[in-house]
Amino acid sequence: MAVVFEKSKALTDVPFHYCPGCTHGIVHRLVAEVLEELGVTGQTVGVASVGCSVFSYNYFNCDMVQAAHGRAPAVATGLKRAIPENVVFTYQGDGDLAAIGMAETVHAATRGENITVIFINNAIYGMTGGQMAPTSLPGQITQTTPYGRDTDAAGHPIRVCEMLSTLSGTALAQRVTVDSVKNVNIAKKAIKKGFENQINKRGYSIIEVVSTCPTNWGLSPDEAMNWLRDNMLPYYPLGVYKDVTEGGNE
Amino acid sequence: MAKTLNVLLAGFGGQGILFAGKTVAYAGLMDNKEISWLPSYGPEMRGGTCNCSVVISDEPIGSPLVTQPDVLFAMNLPSLDKFVNSVVPGGTILVDSSMIDKKVERTDVNVYYIDATRIADEQGLKGCAIIILIGKLFKEIGFCSKDALDAGIRKVIPAKKAAMLDLNLKALSIGMES
Amino acid sequence: MAEKVLMKGNEALAEAAIQCGCKHYFGYPITPQTEIAAYMSKRLPKEGGVFLQAESEVAAINMVLGATAAGVRSMTSSSSPGVSLKSEGVSYIAGSDLPALIINVQRGGPGLGGIQPSQSDYWQATKALGHGDFQLFVLAPSTIQEMVDFVPLAYEVGEKYRVPSMILSDGMLGQMMEPVEFPTKKDDAIAEKPWAANGHQNKREKNVINSLYIDPETLENLVKERYERYELIKENEQRAEEFMMEDAEYVVVAFGASSRVARSAIMQARAEGIKAGMIRPITLWPFPNKTIEKSIDSTKKYLCVEMNMGQMVDDVRLVVSGRKPVEFFGRTGGVIPTPAEVLGQIRALAGKEM
Repeated sequence: MAVVFEKSKALTDVPFHYCPGCTHGIVHRLVAEVLEELGVTGQTVGVASVGCSVFSYNYFNCDMVQAAHGRAPAVATGLKRAIPENVVFTYQGDGDLAAIGMAETVHAATRGENITVIFINNAIYGMTGGQMAPTSLPGQITQTTPYGRDTDAAGHPIRVCEMLSTLSGTALAQRVTVDSVKNVNIAKKAIKKGFENQINKRGYSIIEVVSTCPTNWGLSPDEAMNWLRDNMLPYYPLGVYKDVTEGGNE
Repeated sequence: MAKTLNVLLAGFGGQGILFAGKTVAYAGLMDNKEISWLPSYGPEMRGGTCNCSVVISDEPIGSPLVTQPDVLFAMNLPSLDKFVNSVVPGGTILVDSSMIDKKVERTDVNVYYIDATRIADEQGLKGCAIIILIGKLFKEIGFCSKDALDAGIRKVIPAKKAAMLDLNLKALSIGMES
Repeated sequence: MAEKVLMKGNEALAEAAIQCGCKHYFGYPITPQTEIAAYMSKRLPKEGGVFLQAESEVAAINMVLGATAAGVRSMTSSSSPGVSLKSEGVSYIAGSDLPALIINVQRGGPGLGGIQPSQSDYWQATKALGHGDFQLFVLAPSTIQEMVDFVPLAYEVGEKYRVPSMILSDGMLGQMMEPVEFPTKKDDAIAEKPWAANGHQNKREKNVINSLYIDPETLENLVKERYERYELIKENEQRAEEFMMEDAEYVVVAFGASSRVARSAIMQARAEGIKAGMIRPITLWPFPNKTIEKSIDSTKKYLCVEMNMGQMVDDVRLVVSGRKPVEFFGRTGGVIPTPAEVLGQIRALAGKEM
């Protein structure tokens, strides 16, 4: 029988624990496919961060290190400085990257740390059960903003790609989503560029994937995807915020 | 000479206190003695008070912090006032009299007043006043061998600052003759 | 034999680490340890290594975690308030069964405290440098030569048992200079690290460096396995110096800087005819129980001398278990006790017996 579709060899056979409709699964697959296509699975070390994706060390078929909450960029820095010819990536959620780990994120970027960062922005803390994230939208109801995020009290959501695009060390800052075949293809190209930048020693690449959390948003997978389009994308416009590669915006 | 010599050098930051302490320490090292050098440290950099403990001994050194000096280098009045009574009876105090008008009232210590800063300035040895006092100490108590003192100062001055060596050797010899 | 050179403790320690093959240093400035970072920044680039001034102590210790996970010898150093910040990373390193070298050049605390020498992080280093059940291998140098000699020991023991190591120094040892000589280089001393996350190259199973275990029994079994290693360390790696202990009746127990002060006091006490001696713990964890234990019969009284309000004295009392009196003398906040003060304590100790 002809094989028309195969799971990437850069993924293990361990079944994902992610909820139905969660986009982690798609993004995992894209990262794995890129590693396989670039032929770097064997030389890659991934850094799992704290959050729903902490168990990604079970899923990626490369060496993995699990980091403390927010510290993935620091751990990745230590790895990359120790083994500069290897490929090092972090896979971080919004709480990890943009709240508790913002210092590590900004400084890894400004140092031009030659790593690839996959940033899952779903505007909520998933693993702890749906609390406000640094990227939760104004008015968004979460467990810790039961009356909706009041920006007077809780401040405003952070646009990470825009912010990091101002730093000289950033090679690529691109925001994508995976709500359609077209967007999945764009996301994969961005992720591939992020890894190619590392192989070509261009510095810090971040691919922000605007993602869903149907469980903690209290929506069905289908409704969640619509909520993403209607609410997330207007606040977090897709696009390339910084690209130092040929044909990029720098 | 006692089995252990406790030296305290004190003055303002910028007077070469730590450098002079190293010179004394290296001289001891060149004589194959046990030695330790402990600076005061902290926010008090140039212009603030600064002191340095040096111990030269025939046996392993316990506390490197000199609280009862056999020898006190006093390079300014606050330092003399602070430490004069801690010097052991029979000990030695070297006073830079360019910086300190006051006389030591104690009669149970040997005090040498040298117009060190003025002499240094006149001889083109700016910053070497305390090295003159080291020369004087050598003359009075011979805390190390002459060869060790020469070798010590050569160790302390880095090769790229070789020009400093002649100035310091000259300061030492002025002290030895004063 | 190599020539003896005069070096500051902090710089000597840094040079020793480089000579041990540590090519990756991650740190953050704080008095009184900054000379370590400054020395590394000067030397490591010339050795083909990496000096990185991190954005925080928290980041620095996690960079060490990353580098050590990749299988290289790396290091971070700080002083007391900075070490508190590192505690998160230290716990993760321990929970991931990684070796790592952490230096604490102690200063007075708590809080911002002061910048003068202190030993008030004894409890932190030996009992709880972070959350969870774990221990570090903790060495307490008392001379600049030991600042050098303990670096390879810290790496070797840490790598053998896969535990983090700490050299617990203080501002006095960090800042002072003494003659020191460096051992002849041993390039073959670095153990193989088949567990390292450095890319499987499609030639082995993937390696995962991890401290997360959701299933309680799995975690319990792992922690128990780690404690079996700790038992081996307790059995094999205790170290202490005995000074004038042959006929000692009054035994001072002191480590690091305070042991130097105690040594001066003991020599003076001996000159006065008091049979004083000292046990100087070199490993603070594992605490040298065996050395204390064998001294109990011949000792009349113990005196712990520390630059804190009484921390190691707990461990001495645990071993002595009420069989002999154990007293304490300490100065804290950055005050270094004088030999005269300690001599006074020894006299009082002996005087009570006379």
